[in-house]
Amino acid sequence: MQTVKRNQQQYDMPLKILSYDELYGWTMDAIVEQIGKKNNCTFCGVFRRQALDRGAASLKVDHIVTGHNADDIAETVLMNIMRGDIARLGRCTSICTHGEDTIKRSKPFKYAYEKEIVMYAYFKKLDYFSTECIYSPDAYRGHARTFLKDLEAARPSAIIDIIHSGEAFEVKEEIKAAQKAQQTCKRCGYMSSNDLCKACTLLEGLERGMASSVITDRARKKMDAIGPAPDNIRTIPLFRSTPTIAVELPSQS
Amino acid sequence: MAGTMTIKLVFSGGLELLFGNERNQSVLIPPFVPSDNSTHSSPDTPSTGETKAADLEYLIYHLRDHVLKERPELFMENGTIRPGILVLINNTDWELEGEGSYQLCNNDEIVFISTLHGG
Repeated sequence: MQTVKRNQQQYDMPLKILSYDELYGWTMDAIVEQIGKKNNCTFCGVFRRQALDRGAASLKVDHIVTGHNADDIAETVLMNIMRGDIARLGRCTSICTHGEDTIKRSKPFKYAYEKEIVMYAYFKKLDYFSTECIYSPDAYRGHARTFLKDLEAARPSAIIDIIHSGEAFEVKEEIKAAQKAQQTCKRCGYMSSNDLCKACTLLEGLERGMASSVITDRARKKMDAIGPAPDNIRTIPLFRSTPTIAVELPSQS
Repeated sequence: MAGTMTIKLVFSGGLELLFGNERNQSVLIPPFVPSDNSTHSSPDTPSTGETKAADLEYLIYHLRDHVLKERPELFMENGTIRPGILVLINNTDWELEGEGSYQLCNNDEIVFISTLHGG
């Protein structure tokens, strides 16, 4: 966080810090306290992705640029294959995708190896910091990452080869048609493939003390069977916007 | 001991956290070291086993055994540096210098950079 604040000064760019607490009423510390060290990546991942969109909308941003590098994309391809997530596999290698509203998302470093980026940062003496996540030292992505790094050590082109394979995937039209249509969340209005978006579902689980039961669709049905959601569930703020300016977001790596 | 080499070390990218949060350090390495990379014999009384000229592989074992403060599995794996950590020898990628078989010289600067980050 300190590095990001210094970067703002160094690059003279506007910076907006939006906390999970502010958006969702829960800090990551509080979430981990309830969920434990496993599975909390689901929460952080969904909340982070939506926070980017919601924060961008509040700033009237029309284009989100993230710092994902080639290693990140290859990891995602591997993870989506291992999880059998056809919908994501089809779009995870696109450089430019659409997020909430009309906000575009781009990954300009898609073909840049993490190694090259880190070397560049070192030789240019750029101020950056990276560390492993303290909340989940054993996350699923960690396994994909270790596997990928082992592959890279054996054959450096493996990373770009995996991205190429991801790009070459063709999802059959019938399968695409069978996928759930995009709609909007009945509670907060965010785009969703179910009645409630992922963040609202996870938040409801947290509020009802059944957080570990909302990670899969099946468990979600079980929670619904226990009873309807209480009325006092928070509505996550959604910022509608007419895009006017583009702001580059600080990348994580 | 005569001929002992000074090796300058830099840890960055978060790796310094494993090394007591000291980014810049230095170690003294004898010119000849045990071939099995055992780091527990004193430099003044080398083990009676075979020796080799001090190389980067030995330095890695030395760092793990004497400089590293925590979680050695995040630094070393299968007898070498864990994949995902970049190593520079005098500002050159160690892959161009023979990796672990590089022979150390007095005043060499070895940089270790972690590229690991959250998802």
